[in-house]
Amino acid sequence: MDIILLLFIFTLAAFLGFELIAKVPSQLHTPLMSGSNAISGITIVGAILATMLNPQGTTAMILGFAALVLATINVVGGYLVTDRMLAMFKKKGGK
Amino acid sequence: MEMSGLINFFYIVSAILFVLGIKMLGSATTARRGNRLSSVGMLIAVVVTLIDKQVFDSWIWIVAGIGAGAVIGFFAAKLVKMTSMPEMVALFNGFGGLASMFVGWAEYQKVVDAKSGIMGNLSIASIDHFTASVIFLAVFIGGITFTGSMYAWGKLSGKISGTAKIFTGQKAFNMIIVLGILITGILYASAPGADNAYGLFLAFVVLSLLLGIFGVMPIGGGDMPVVISLLNSCSGLAACAAGFVIQNNVLIVAGCLVGASGLILSIIMCKAMNRTIPNVLFSGFGATAQKSGGKQEGEMKPMSNEDAYYVLEAASSVVFVPGYGMAVAQAQHAVKELGEILEANGAEVRYAIHPVAGRMPGHMNVLLAEADVPYEQLSEMDDVNPIMSTIDVAIVIGANDVVNPAAEDDPSSPIYGMPIIKVFEAKTVFALKRGQGAGFSGLVNQLFFRENTRMLYGDAKATVTGLVGQFKS
Repeated sequence: MDIILLLFIFTLAAFLGFELIAKVPSQLHTPLMSGSNAISGITIVGAILATMLNPQGTTAMILGFAALVLATINVVGGYLVTDRMLAMFKKKGGK
Repeated sequence: MEMSGLINFFYIVSAILFVLGIKMLGSATTARRGNRLSSVGMLIAVVVTLIDKQVFDSWIWIVAGIGAGAVIGFFAAKLVKMTSMPEMVALFNGFGGLASMFVGWAEYQKVVDAKSGIMGNLSIASIDHFTASVIFLAVFIGGITFTGSMYAWGKLSGKISGTAKIFTGQKAFNMIIVLGILITGILYASAPGADNAYGLFLAFVVLSLLLGIFGVMPIGGGDMPVVISLLNSCSGLAACAAGFVIQNNVLIVAGCLVGASGLILSIIMCKAMNRTIPNVLFSGFGATAQKSGGKQEGEMKPMSNEDAYYVLEAASSVVFVPGYGMAVAQAQHAVKELGEILEANGAEVRYAIHPVAGRMPGHMNVLLAEADVPYEQLSEMDDVNPIMSTIDVAIVIGANDVVNPAAEDDPSSPIYGMPIIKVFEAKTVFALKRGQGAGFSGLVNQLFFRENTRMLYGDAKATVTGLVGQFKS
């Protein structure tokens, strides 16, 4: 893919991110953080590719595998703990 | 549409789901759905990637990797105590950073292996300058994020002393590491095919890991909310850099969103402490224990639980101001019980939460939510301060700097200018505190010497439970 196009996507995503997150109220900052933590686990895609596309047993493949385990912990743990937290935020009287 | 076009289409779908998910995190009523939407986006990205490259020789490794990660992640998420959320987020930041570092490294290692003939017939024996540069960034940012987060985790979990560690020449030492990283990085990226490139690469791997440790070392425990937010931002940027390495737009978008999120949180935290990010990173705040802290009029006036009960019994408005001490004492459930009793007794009850209370942004809100405090009762600093003078009793539970009036009226104080919750304007202040010493930041709190302040010494949970008992009997 064209580098300029990738930089273009990067710039737009940065502005979008700033717009979106500035609106999150402070009471939700912890779930925002753990939720975005899970999103940063998107590097799992790179890890899958590195594990799959390199011949077994090569250093590159082993690095990919290690990345895969770490990124999956991030994704699964991040989403689950965020869900657990958000389930606790309740309105008055509501269950 | 050809295969790669279709794959990219699904990557766009998953990017949209991430964006919508974060948008919905902006309100407590939609946040949970937003988080689920975002996880669906992640699932799509993973499944599509697996389908795309039909090289399934290594499927067993994929299953093993995802399986192991999922089991660890599952138990971590289910077992972690809400009081330990800062540690958990620090750990996860670190894992994310390391994963992105490895992804960048693997991409380069492939080239190195091909050159030395290990990869046999694969014909990629060189990388261009751009790819080398983004590999450098992924390794650099990922490496700092990993060791920095591990060090922060150590501080937060009490395995390493929380105070800032300063040694002579520390700034110069860190500057040398930074220079070393930049020089090796530039040399590497300008000639990624040269014979010495792998050596340069390994050099900045090690230096980046070192910088993470020495960068977090001089930052005091009270500044941890800023550090965690910054490391959160870095873990996103590392993923973003990895996205440039493998030229994948979903990594770039998702990583960038996280990078922006962490950065905004850091800025909010800094504003709430009247500091700047460079000041937090480089000043060694709190390393030098402050002496007397200027004027200290009067003395701390202790109060018995029984007397406190009579005051609360007559109060018609009460504000709780929680801090990290509440988390340490696990007092949130007892606090909520006391709050309910006070409400039943006819008092108006609020919880005032300073943006940097606790060890990570929003930490107190999560703890109180865990204790079933409805979120309408949780007020932000700016909403409570204007009505503080009408409040009968302000109960400070394990909060310190965020209620220290020195921030308002003592220009010699290190925290002068920091916005605080002005509990000293309330008619009566109860300060729950373990002992007479200074707080986590090492500052003496002027509040405790004020005329309208009463000290309730002892474990916060025991004190609050005691008050609840008084009401019940």
